[in-house]
Amino acid sequence: MPGHFEPLPGGGAAVALDDVEISIIRSLAVQLLELIGPGPAEDAPDDPLAELFADGPSEPPSDPVLRRLFPDAYGDPVDVPSSPEQAQEEKEYAAEFRRFTENDLRTGKRESALAVIRSLDSLTPAGDGGAVLKLTHEESQRWLGTLNDLRLAIGSRLDVIDEEDTDLLYRLPDEDPRKPMVMAYLWLGGLQETLVSTLMP
Amino acid sequence: MTSPAPVEIERTESAEETFAVPEPDVPWVTIVHNDPVNLMSYVTYVFQTYFGYPKDKATKLMKDVHHKGRAVVSSGSREEMERDVQAMHGYGLWATLQQDRK
Repeated sequence: MPGHFEPLPGGGAAVALDDVEISIIRSLAVQLLELIGPGPAEDAPDDPLAELFADGPSEPPSDPVLRRLFPDAYGDPVDVPSSPEQAQEEKEYAAEFRRFTENDLRTGKRESALAVIRSLDSLTPAGDGGAVLKLTHEESQRWLGTLNDLRLAIGSRLDVIDEEDTDLLYRLPDEDPRKPMVMAYLWLGGLQETLVSTLMP
Repeated sequence: MTSPAPVEIERTESAEETFAVPEPDVPWVTIVHNDPVNLMSYVTYVFQTYFGYPKDKATKLMKDVHHKGRAVVSSGSREEMERDVQAMHGYGLWATLQQDRK
């Protein structure tokens, strides 16, 4: 069924995609890769060991999408810290956590997005340009992660802050410039929802 | 996902020098916060897959996140909670850790 993942007998999942859908997912995944960046290899291209031990950044990213993908690990988003000392401590802990984890997190998200692109590029299109995408269990998990990252990225760009924003998106008039992105956001949600259901333990 | 090397070193030292532990052993908790993008089914899936929670418990935690805005999803040492928070961020969930003040 178009736009819906279905479980495959013996594990894995399949979805029929037309040529436009394939190019939309591919293009979004490429944009996600560009946003996440090339990773630590940029600084030390000749020394894989240095790359392995390189510290990540200590400051949160300035881009709101990246801030959502790599949030602070310390500091309650609702409760304000009870003292300036506590606020300072949380900031230092968050910076230290980021130095030790952000590179690994970026690598994981990059590898999943690359896996998505590879599986799309290996499709053999039918006469109309569409194809049936078949994923193994492992590929399904990669896809699930990337579909979620894409929705987080688009949701962030669309300023989806609370549930009411989502309701508003459903009711956008056709002439709204955000409409195509909203359609993509909702469509990816359907893909993700049906892919989750094939993976539920 | 692995934890950064310094954590392991720290743990070995504190095991050998038990007299040097500076603070009482107050547990830390991992908190997952609500956000309007993550699908309820996906959040439940993550709780089942990563923590190995049964479906009922995973669903209850997901509903707490959705309705109360947050839920404590695990507790333990600070190192363990940092590992859990890193994993949650890997899945795209919005998580923080803090010392359990209750």
